[in-house]
Amino acid sequence: MLLITCPCCGVSGEETEFAPGGEAHLKRFGPGSEEGEFAGYLFYRKNPKGPHFERWRHAYGCGKWFHVARDTVTLEIFGAYKATETAPPQEILDRIAARGKA
Amino acid sequence: MTAHRLPSGGLLIDRARPVEFRFNGKPVKGFAGDTLAAALLASGRTLMGRSFKYHRPRGVVAAGVEEPNALMCVGEGPRATPNQRATMVEIAPGMSARSQNHWPSLEWDVGAVNAAIASVAPVFSAGFYYKTFLFPRIAWKHLYEPVIRQSAGLGPAPEGVDPDEYEHLHAFADVLVIGAGMAGLAAARAAAEAGARVIVAEQGPRAGGRLLSESDIEIGGMPGADWAAGEAAALAAMPNVTLLTRCQGAGLYDHGYALLDEEPKEGPSRRLWRVRAKRIVIATGAIERPLAFANNDLPGVMLAGAVRDYLALWAVAPGREIVVFANNDDAYRTALAAHLAGLTVKAVIDCRAEAAGALPEAARAAGIAVRTGMIVAKAKGGKALKSVLVAKRAADGRVAGALEEIGCDVLAMSGGWSPAVHLFSHCGGKLRWDEAQAMFRPAPERGAPTGADGEVNTFVAGAANGLLSTAEGLADALAAGARAASDLGFSAVAAEAPSATEPGMTPLQPLWFTPSVGKYAHGTKHFLDFQNDVTAADVELAAREGYESIEHAKRYTTLGMATDQGKLSNINGLATLANALAAPIPEVGTTTFRPPWTPLSLGSIAGRDAGTLFKPVRRTPMHDWHEANGADWEPVGEWRRPFTYRRAGESREASVAREVRAVREAAGMLDASTLGKLLVTGPDAGRFLDLLYTNMMSTLKPGACRYGLMCNENGFLFDDGVVARLPNGDFLCHTTTGGAERVHGWMEEWLQTEWPELKVHVANLTEQFTQIAVAGPKAREILQPLTGMDLSASALPFMGIAEGEMAGIPVRLFRISFSGELSYEIAAPAHRGRALWDAIREAGAGQGIQPYGTEALHVLRAEKGFIMIGDETDGTVTPQDLGLSWAVSKKKADFIGKRAQERPFLSHPERERLVGLETLEPGKRLPDGAYAVADPAAKTPEVIGRVTSSYLSPTLGRAIALGLVKRGPERMGEVISFPLEKGEVMQARIVDPVFYDKEGARQNV
Amino acid sequence: MSDPVTATGGARFAGSDCAISDLGALGMVAIRGEAGDPAFAAAVQAETGFALPPVRRFEGEAEAGLCWMSPDEWLLTCPYAEAEARAGRLRAAFGGLHALAVNVSDARAAFRIEGEGARALLARGAPVDLAPAAFGEGDVRRTRLGQVAAAFWLGRDGAFRLVCFRSVGAYVFDWLKASAASGARPAGF
Repeated sequence: MLLITCPCCGVSGEETEFAPGGEAHLKRFGPGSEEGEFAGYLFYRKNPKGPHFERWRHAYGCGKWFHVARDTVTLEIFGAYKATETAPPQEILDRIAARGKA
Repeated sequence: MTAHRLPSGGLLIDRARPVEFRFNGKPVKGFAGDTLAAALLASGRTLMGRSFKYHRPRGVVAAGVEEPNALMCVGEGPRATPNQRATMVEIAPGMSARSQNHWPSLEWDVGAVNAAIASVAPVFSAGFYYKTFLFPRIAWKHLYEPVIRQSAGLGPAPEGVDPDEYEHLHAFADVLVIGAGMAGLAAARAAAEAGARVIVAEQGPRAGGRLLSESDIEIGGMPGADWAAGEAAALAAMPNVTLLTRCQGAGLYDHGYALLDEEPKEGPSRRLWRVRAKRIVIATGAIERPLAFANNDLPGVMLAGAVRDYLALWAVAPGREIVVFANNDDAYRTALAAHLAGLTVKAVIDCRAEAAGALPEAARAAGIAVRTGMIVAKAKGGKALKSVLVAKRAADGRVAGALEEIGCDVLAMSGGWSPAVHLFSHCGGKLRWDEAQAMFRPAPERGAPTGADGEVNTFVAGAANGLLSTAEGLADALAAGARAASDLGFSAVAAEAPSATEPGMTPLQPLWFTPSVGKYAHGTKHFLDFQNDVTAADVELAAREGYESIEHAKRYTTLGMATDQGKLSNINGLATLANALAAPIPEVGTTTFRPPWTPLSLGSIAGRDAGTLFKPVRRTPMHDWHEANGADWEPVGEWRRPFTYRRAGESREASVAREVRAVREAAGMLDASTLGKLLVTGPDAGRFLDLLYTNMMSTLKPGACRYGLMCNENGFLFDDGVVARLPNGDFLCHTTTGGAERVHGWMEEWLQTEWPELKVHVANLTEQFTQIAVAGPKAREILQPLTGMDLSASALPFMGIAEGEMAGIPVRLFRISFSGELSYEIAAPAHRGRALWDAIREAGAGQGIQPYGTEALHVLRAEKGFIMIGDETDGTVTPQDLGLSWAVSKKKADFIGKRAQERPFLSHPERERLVGLETLEPGKRLPDGAYAVADPAAKTPEVIGRVTSSYLSPTLGRAIALGLVKRGPERMGEVISFPLEKGEVMQARIVDPVFYDKEGARQNV
Repeated sequence: MSDPVTATGGARFAGSDCAISDLGALGMVAIRGEAGDPAFAAAVQAETGFALPPVRRFEGEAEAGLCWMSPDEWLLTCPYAEAEARAGRLRAAFGGLHALAVNVSDARAAFRIEGEGARALLARGAPVDLAPAAFGEGDVRRTRLGQVAAAFWLGRDGAFRLVCFRSVGAYVFDWLKASAASGARPAGF
């Protein structure tokens, strides 16, 4: 069972306190967008073996959404960052690179 | 004193406290501290169970958790717990234990016929289950099911509700040490001295592990057992250490999560520790391997180390005449211990050509016959071991020369020791084959459990790490404990290991298959997995039939499956497979060990989530009133809502009809507290709601209500409800009962992740307010006397809001209707909800007000053609499908679901759309979910629609239904067919979904 | 006017090493706003008498105080009868600020848990490190208890206060009572 640290309230809590929310950094395509763009936004998801960027919510805690960089194989958590970030912070990308998984 | 209880000794027993218990109904005496197995052996009993498939007589093999045979049902009635290992259950006064897998009795068992059949036909050989239960079909009914099922299987499930208490406990540690033998104690001490917060879990009743049984080990100048006691006492005295006994490390999971299963001395029957540790040290020791020889499952054949355990820990002699059969030096300890205890050691049979180590020499010096280069070709006996046939082992591995019979009642066997790597494997730890010691041992360099930060968080120490010598194991464990602490920033000083002395060991010689003669030469009685009755011949057959992967062979033969998880069988099994495939052992590899280490009871897993606490029930403030007034409960999410309030002697249907009529003719009151109520405030609240709802909410005037729909990004409807613009300008969004938390989460998600720039706050007020719907032509006259507010149509029109007091309670009134009648929904603070309910009930008693439940609510709304989320919607239905286009804004540039609704297929004319359905037989209701087809006579009828809601309408005196039908609204008046079961076809006419009061006159008064 | 009736109607249970009691009708006001906005912080302090507590902290005495709930949410606890008026005053004080104050007194059940066994009792249901060094006076945690959401804090009087949704108040009380009944304290607590 994962141990996740919420970047919003600092709590290091077990997975059961959190709710997963799928892939992070999707760009929303609304009315008027191309079929391909909309399909990509609504349906197509990465399913990487290795580092992955995900959305989580501290559902039983502070209630905030945030992002987690996590390795889907080793389950290593490279870091968590605010939901308002549109891309992973460099510090987290560096950590992933340091594992040789950039 | 019995013939099997030694006159002195027994580290774990208290001779001053005799304990009497019952085994198979007969009284047995033992001492406090005895296990069931020890007490039974002391009473002279060796037969303790029957095997799983063949029902062969079985005795106890081991003295600890690895015991495969002596599984018993402990306790009576609802407290009965099956499959308890007799080696782990401590006896208690009045305890009752029963053996398993036999009928009618342990001594005389009908199922043993399986074994008799097996001797002439290979019915239970490898793959038996896959080959046998195929055909003829009739055999299932008359043979397989009643006969085989009756006689196979482990112990019976208890009957009745388990009265025992189980609890969970969350605990946290810097360092968790599993096992408190020598290595666990040393690792824990090292980590604790450095200042780490340590939890140590020992599965036995006392710390010390094998030190308690070995008399020839000295640590720090004192006997090993004394050193262990001193270490345990020192740890127990440290404030940063929690030392648990009778607590097994059950499973190891990701990020340092571990489950420990404790059997506490007082309090609950079981306590499941849910531990989160930053570092974990596995010090679970090693398990001795049996030897595979003919009839090695006879009662009296035991592990050599277990024989020493019974002598040292419980002062029990499992027999009087012992033969030791081994491939290593360690087993000589058993010969010496037995000799010292006054038993007759007939011989040590050692397969090695020579045995010149310190222990064999000591045995010879004690006058014990040491016979090297020999093997036990076969054990003899019926329900107990009588003798063994020994012979020379030739260079080609076969039996050479004549067989010699040696009488004995115990055969102590040892094939060497395997590290207990199970926990390490649970969470991804990798292993490597150690050729010299013939064992799989942890190979952290190939993979080890890691924490959330990706760093290795688990170390294995001592014998579990493949270090079987005391000195090496001790140094390894101290280093592991210190490493665990220093990893966490504690300044661990690597303590110098205390001196450790023990007899030196010479190398073992692997002996995976012991040769035999005649029909026994083929391995059909060489048991590898005692619990699952898998023999060497089974594994060889699996190899011949192509099951070359150890994982396939495991499933095909059932080797190492189930509760045993291959504790005794794993290495012997894969070595046999390797031999059959002529492949090296590391190439064959090992199977994956799964948690738990030993079985957990279902009660432990459930903890407090049982009985009335099985699942939380959400209650409204009127819950108790409903309960006391005949509510037939209906679960709605976690809530319970009254389906209907039945009166004495009334059927459900009659009760619902009465409630519907009350609303249409007088008045009804409904507990609507469960509806979601979300307060949405802030300067951008209107803009935000315009994005969430399909219709326009920002234009709603304070003091007015509007029905709204919410779609997901796929364009499908998922929730609906009335949005009220409060007099202060805030929005109060009502959701469905089941949707409150979901919609609240939905709003927060969009605000936090997509539109954080919007200045909006959402507060979930669902539980702040009780909501009571009062509906019916007499609603106004019932409520008016309770309040100073003007409830007239002009002062409070349809879809209006009023705030004030009612019955002295602050309330907010919404003039909204889900029944089509004159209706008020009254919100009051929840702590006063019950008082308001009672006041309205009393005020309306004279006018015939009646409480109504969810079914009447459904009938009333269906009569009006109002849709219900979850009935008319299933996640693939759009508002347009339901004739709700009027509630989908065409002006708004964007709302959630708008882009999806631009897709052509969602406006395709062939889509199923909402209609009303009237059955041609008015008294007959269409079944919910029934399909409409174009031509019921067709071989594969084309589905053209389905029933989504169906009721008997007391108001209309006929059956009505709502449904989704292709091109439905264009087919008014058409009769369509619904094929049902057994060839029946119902017919219904497509009509307007609004069955009653089409103009809406009744609610607008 | 009728008296307010809580979810468990004043239930109490005294175990051998801890006691659980329904706190009765407790005033609660949910406050949301920008923690870093001095005007908001000043308005809260002026109306409640408490500075905005930092992350996972409670400011106050006994049942009256200000409890952190989220990075932009706090819970004012006060006498029940005052809650509606205090919510109104807070909203007035916020003026043009983007902030919210709303009475949620009836939406929750509140309990006091005290005694030597209190930490172990909560640890049976909440995945939280409750060792004194890890969870001290004034500390707050929102988490799970059994199968439902709950928040608790440790008061300076050594007693825990726990709040949960009103609808599961009976479940939480029954859970606490069942878990406290054996009185057998686990090792290490």
